[in-house]
Amino acid sequence: MSDQKIPFSRRQFLTTTALGAATAAAGSIAMPSVLRAAGAPVKLGVLHPVTGALSYSGTQGRLGATLAIEDINAAGGIKSLGGAKIEPMLGDAQSSPAGGVAEVEKMNSAGVSCVVGGYASSICLATTQAAARYDLPYVVDVGVSDSIIKRGLKNTFRFGPGFGVIAKSALDNLVAINDGAGKPAKTVVIVHEDSLFGSGVAKLLGAKLPEHGFKVLESMAHPTPTRDFNTIVLKIKAQNPDLVIPADYYNEYVLLARTMLQQHVRPKGIYSVLGGAASSYKFVKEFPAAANGIMDCNHWFNPLSDKAQALKKKVEAKGQFFTYEVYLNYSCVGLVADALERGASADRAKLIASLASSTWSGHIMPYGPTKFVNGQNQGAAPCNTQVQGNDIKVILPPKFADAKPIFPIT
Amino acid sequence: MLSPTILIPTVLNGLLTGAVYALVALGLTLIYGVLHIINFAHGALLTAAMFAAYFAFHTLGIDPYIAAFIIAPVFFAFGYALQRFVIGPASHGEDRNMLLVTLGLAVIIENALLFWFRADTRTIDVPYAFQSIDLGFTFLAVPRLVGFAAVFVVALALWLIMGFTDTGRAIRAVAKEKLGAELAGIDVAHVYAVTFGLGTACVAIAACLLVPSYYVNPSAGNAFVLVAFTIVVLGGMGSVPGALIGGLIIGVVESLSSLFLGESLGQIGIFLIFIAVLLVRPQGLFGAKA
Repeated sequence: MSDQKIPFSRRQFLTTTALGAATAAAGSIAMPSVLRAAGAPVKLGVLHPVTGALSYSGTQGRLGATLAIEDINAAGGIKSLGGAKIEPMLGDAQSSPAGGVAEVEKMNSAGVSCVVGGYASSICLATTQAAARYDLPYVVDVGVSDSIIKRGLKNTFRFGPGFGVIAKSALDNLVAINDGAGKPAKTVVIVHEDSLFGSGVAKLLGAKLPEHGFKVLESMAHPTPTRDFNTIVLKIKAQNPDLVIPADYYNEYVLLARTMLQQHVRPKGIYSVLGGAASSYKFVKEFPAAANGIMDCNHWFNPLSDKAQALKKKVEAKGQFFTYEVYLNYSCVGLVADALERGASADRAKLIASLASSTWSGHIMPYGPTKFVNGQNQGAAPCNTQVQGNDIKVILPPKFADAKPIFPIT
Repeated sequence: MLSPTILIPTVLNGLLTGAVYALVALGLTLIYGVLHIINFAHGALLTAAMFAAYFAFHTLGIDPYIAAFIIAPVFFAFGYALQRFVIGPASHGEDRNMLLVTLGLAVIIENALLFWFRADTRTIDVPYAFQSIDLGFTFLAVPRLVGFAAVFVVALALWLIMGFTDTGRAIRAVAKEKLGAELAGIDVAHVYAVTFGLGTACVAIAACLLVPSYYVNPSAGNAFVLVAFTIVVLGGMGSVPGALIGGLIIGVVESLSSLFLGESLGQIGIFLIFIAVLLVRPQGLFGAKA
C-alpha cells in the first residue's frame, strides 16, 4: 500500500524531467531559426582601428561600412532572409594586431555571421587568422599585403587588389604614360618610408624599372614620422631626376611635396604607388599648387558610376572626404549582403560558400567580374589618377578614365 | 655629396631646423632646471598649442605669428595653473610623483585632443608658406627663417627675464637652493608655477612657428620631444644657452647625418651624440657639475 502512496518514484521523476528538459532545450535551439526566417537581424562585425596611429583611416573605414549597412537596411534588408536587417557590431582594433584579435574574439562570442575590415595589413594578418579558428567569414577591406590571402585560410576574402597586382599595374601604366608622351622620363629617384610598405615598393620598382629603360639614380629611405624633408629634397635637387616616385604615408607625402615646391624642385613628373596623399581630396583642397600634376596608382572608385558619385556626394555632405577607406568598406559590406542574399542563410559555413562563389556586379569599384580564387577577387584592379585642375581624375585604365594624362608636367 | 653646393645648404637647413628644436628644448630645460622634473607632458602641450594656432588661423583668421602673442600668454596661464593646482599638489613633494603626474597629463591631453579633433591631420595654408629667399645656390623658406629669428628673440627675452628681473632672480634662487629661498621669503609654489608657465609659453611659441610649415594631429608634438630631451642633455640640464646651442648642434648633426647616412639612419647621429655626452660630459656643454 505504501508503494501506491508514491505514484511518482524518484527514478521516474528524473527520467521525465530529463526528457522534458531535453525537449525544452531542443525547442529553444530550434527557436532562432524559426525567428530568423521571420527576419531576425544578421550580425555583422565591423572592425577598424578607430583609435591610435591609424585612427583616421579606421574612422573613414567605419564610415563606409556603416553607410553601406544603412543603405542596405533602408532598401529592405536581406530579402531572401525575410527582409532581415544587418546589425553592425562595431569594433576597435586600436591600431594593433593584438587589439584586432581581441575584437574578433568578442565578435565571435556575440555570434556575428561575418567580419568586415582590418585596414592595415598587419592587423588583417592577425584578425583573419583569429576568425579562421571559428570558421568565421572575414572580408578584408584594404590590407594589401599578399601574404593575407596566401595562407590557405578558407574564411578570408579580399575584394580589393593586393600589392602584387597594384605594383604590376603601376609599372605597366608608368611605361604606357611615358611611352605615350615620347619617353621624356629616363631617370628616377625613389623616396620611400622605411617600413614594409615603402621598402617593398622601392625594392620592387628598383628591380623592375631598369628592365623598362629607366635608370634609378637613388632610393632614399626615411622613417615615419620624418620632421623635415629639406635634406632629401636637396639630394633630389642634386640628382635632378626626370621622375620622383614617393612611397609614403599621408603626412610625410604632404611634407615632401610642400618642401619640393619650397625648394623649387619640379621634375617632369611625380608618380606614386599607393601614394599617401597623391589621390587624396584633402591634399588637393589644402595645397592645390603642391598637388597639381601628381600621378598615383591606387585604390579608386569608378568615376563613371552614378552610384559612386551619389555616395561621394553623401559623404561630402557629412563634411568628410571621400577616401578609399570609405568606398572599399562600402563595397565589402555590399559583397557580404549579396552573399547573404544568394545563400539565403546567415550560417557561417554557408556564407563562406556563398562568398567563394560570388559573381557580384553593379558595384561602385572599377573592377572586372568578381571571381574569388583562394580568397582573392581576380577582378580587382587599381586605377591611375592624376591631380588636374584642383580635382582628381582617373587617367588609366581607359575603360574607367575621365581624363587624359598630362605628362610631362614641366 | 661633399660638394659645397649641397653641403652648405644642408648646414643652413640644419641650423633652421635646430632653432625650432632649441625652442622646444628651452621650455623643457627651464622646467627641469628649476623643478627638477622631466616634463613628459611637454610634447602633448606642444600639440595642444599647435591645435590652438591651427584654430586661431582656421576659425578666427589670425596669422600664427600674430596668434603667438595671444597663445603664449594663454599657455603661460595654463602651465601656471597646471603646476599650481595639479602637478604640485598631486606630487606631495616627491619628484618621482611629479614625473608620473606629467606622464598622466600627457596621456589625458593627447586623448582629449584625439576625442575632440579626431586623428585627422590638419594643415594651414598661409600666403607665405611657399615663399623662399633665393641665395643663388639654395632657397631658404620664409617661414623657417622667421622661426629662426623668433627663437633668438625668445631666448634673449628669457635670458633678460632670468638675469634682470625679480622673478628671474627668484627662479634662480629656487633652482639653486629651494629651502634657502623659502627661508628668504620666496613663495616657492608660485615660482614653480611661474617656471612651468614660462616653459609652456616657450612650446606655445614653438607651436606657432611650426604650424605654417608643419602639420597638426594629436600626436604631432611627440616627434619633437625626444629630440628636445637629447638637446637638454647635450646643452646641460637647466641651461638656457645650452638649449639654444645644443638645438643648433643637433639640427646640423641631424641634417648632415641624413645627407651622408640617409634619412633613416640620420637619427643615429643624434643618439650617438646623446650617448657620447652621457659618457664623457654628463653635465652637458653648459651644465654645472652636479
